[in-house]
Amino acid sequence: MSGILQNYLPLVVFIGIAGVIGAVLLIAPFIVAYKQPDPEKLSAYECGFNAFDDARMKFDVRFYLVAILFIIFDLEVAFLFPWAVTFGKLGVTGFWSMIVFLGVLTVGFAYEWKKGALEWD
Amino acid sequence: MMFEAAGYQLLPVLPEIVLAVGAMVLLLIGAWCGQRAAGLVTGLAICFLIGTGVIEYLLPHGRLMTFGGSFIVDEFARFLKILALLGSAATLVLSREFLEDQSRRMFEFAILVMLSTVGMMVLISAADLIMLYLGLELMSLALYVVAASNRDNVKSTEAGLKYFVLGALASGMLLYGASLIYGFTGTVSFAGIAAAAKTGSIGVVFGLVFLLAGLCFKVSVVPFHMWTPDVYEGAPTPVTAFFASAPKIAAMAVFTRVVLTAFSGVVAEWQQIVVFVAIASMALGSFGAIGQRNIKRLMAYSSIGHMGFALVGLAAGTVEGAQGVVLYLVIYTVMTFGAFTVILAMSRNGQALEQISDFAGLSRTNPLLAFFFAMLLFSLAGIPPLAGFFAKFYVFSAAIKAGLFALSVIGVITSVVGAFYYLNVIKMMYFDEQAEATDAVHIELRSVVAATALFNMLFFVYPGPLVSAATAAAKSLF
Repeated sequence: MSGILQNYLPLVVFIGIAGVIGAVLLIAPFIVAYKQPDPEKLSAYECGFNAFDDARMKFDVRFYLVAILFIIFDLEVAFLFPWAVTFGKLGVTGFWSMIVFLGVLTVGFAYEWKKGALEWD
Repeated sequence: MMFEAAGYQLLPVLPEIVLAVGAMVLLLIGAWCGQRAAGLVTGLAICFLIGTGVIEYLLPHGRLMTFGGSFIVDEFARFLKILALLGSAATLVLSREFLEDQSRRMFEFAILVMLSTVGMMVLISAADLIMLYLGLELMSLALYVVAASNRDNVKSTEAGLKYFVLGALASGMLLYGASLIYGFTGTVSFAGIAAAAKTGSIGVVFGLVFLLAGLCFKVSVVPFHMWTPDVYEGAPTPVTAFFASAPKIAAMAVFTRVVLTAFSGVVAEWQQIVVFVAIASMALGSFGAIGQRNIKRLMAYSSIGHMGFALVGLAAGTVEGAQGVVLYLVIYTVMTFGAFTVILAMSRNGQALEQISDFAGLSRTNPLLAFFFAMLLFSLAGIPPLAGFFAKFYVFSAAIKAGLFALSVIGVITSVVGAFYYLNVIKMMYFDEQAEATDAVHIELRSVVAATALFNMLFFVYPGPLVSAATAAAKSLF
């Protein structure tokens, strides 16, 4: 067990150094930086014109729907690529596993299509 | 062999396949026919759930394993799966009236219940950590959505979100524990872990603690119970009845299987966790419920307490203990289902009643319902000769045989404290000034209430088949 832990020693050293550097960079500006605020410096930067709205706007919920549908099919591709690359070695099991997966996905796709989730209006 | 594909036996997973394919077919039916098919889809879903239970019952007896030993069907799995399926089917029967309301009319509810039931069955049959996680997530993801199914209601959406966020946290802890266990034993299969973890190395015990923390969240025992009252109160009542029954069965089953098979070599380590969790849950379940005004919150605390009692049997770590857990799950499920059906049946002018004070004088307006509810509450309190008494009797006698005297004494004391709030509701119904009359109760709800109450009242007459089935289930774990 100590052998395993020994292998992680560089990692511990690295985390320690990262922590120290991060903390120093955070704390140093408070101590050494030159401070002279004025209203222009403190206002939100927006190129060219004055800020006119809050950054936390409300989005139409349809954007979320599109984003979620995108993620589903993006993940599908993420599964398909490694499967396609190693297809020769996977044999019958690999083939049918993917067919079942795609079948389930198709059912979901048919459902969302019928529900009108793919239409904007 | 007919049920074989690519070298894998598919017969043991046939019930799961039937249910999953059924859910997808119903999804397509619902998608094509629209929301007017809600009644049809719900009815077919009930048929599928019961049919799956029949298939499960007809599977060849003995121990079946598949997928390289990661999926196991033994007496224990078979018994609890059938129980979970019946629980889900009963939920759908209860929800028919709830779904008739136009604004809540949706066929997806039945499909989500089916999919979460598939997850429960996978969970109950899990024989390695990966299958455990798969089942757990499949079950939980559907449950998060179901909790928020009354989506125009702020409390329901809050319940769904709260459950989701806390559930994700619990899954994270469970995965962390699983990765530690894998790292220190070099295997994910329960049998392999049992062989590797003969001596409790500190890493395995760490992993065990995290894994049990994740599972404790799913069975909602102290200190991972915080979500329970809010989610129970916020979710629609049929959903709450569902939460209190089938998922609890599945989570408790996998809890039992993990500690008794994978960690059979480190009993002392998990026993102290289970003892602590059991005592804390029983105490919080009893004392926390006293101040409640909302009957669903009261039932949430009651369920926390009852899971604590079930864990008393598990703490014993013996065949009697496991048998006690199985019996407790059966009786608890029937009792809570009955109680939630009564709560669902209580409405006045179409408005659901959820305050305890709304039950005042029920014995005069609806004597039969009040009588059945009183019997269910007496049973929940553990008063002989009702079924709830025998449930407690089996777990406590197992704990005493295993030498856990302090645990048993504390259990009995908290059970007496807990009786107070059940009796308080009964006092309200029989001795308090009558509130306005309540609406007439649907025939479906009436029959569920009558069936569950009669089961509780008549269990002691002929307990033989159930007890022997529970014994067979418990023995298959050892």
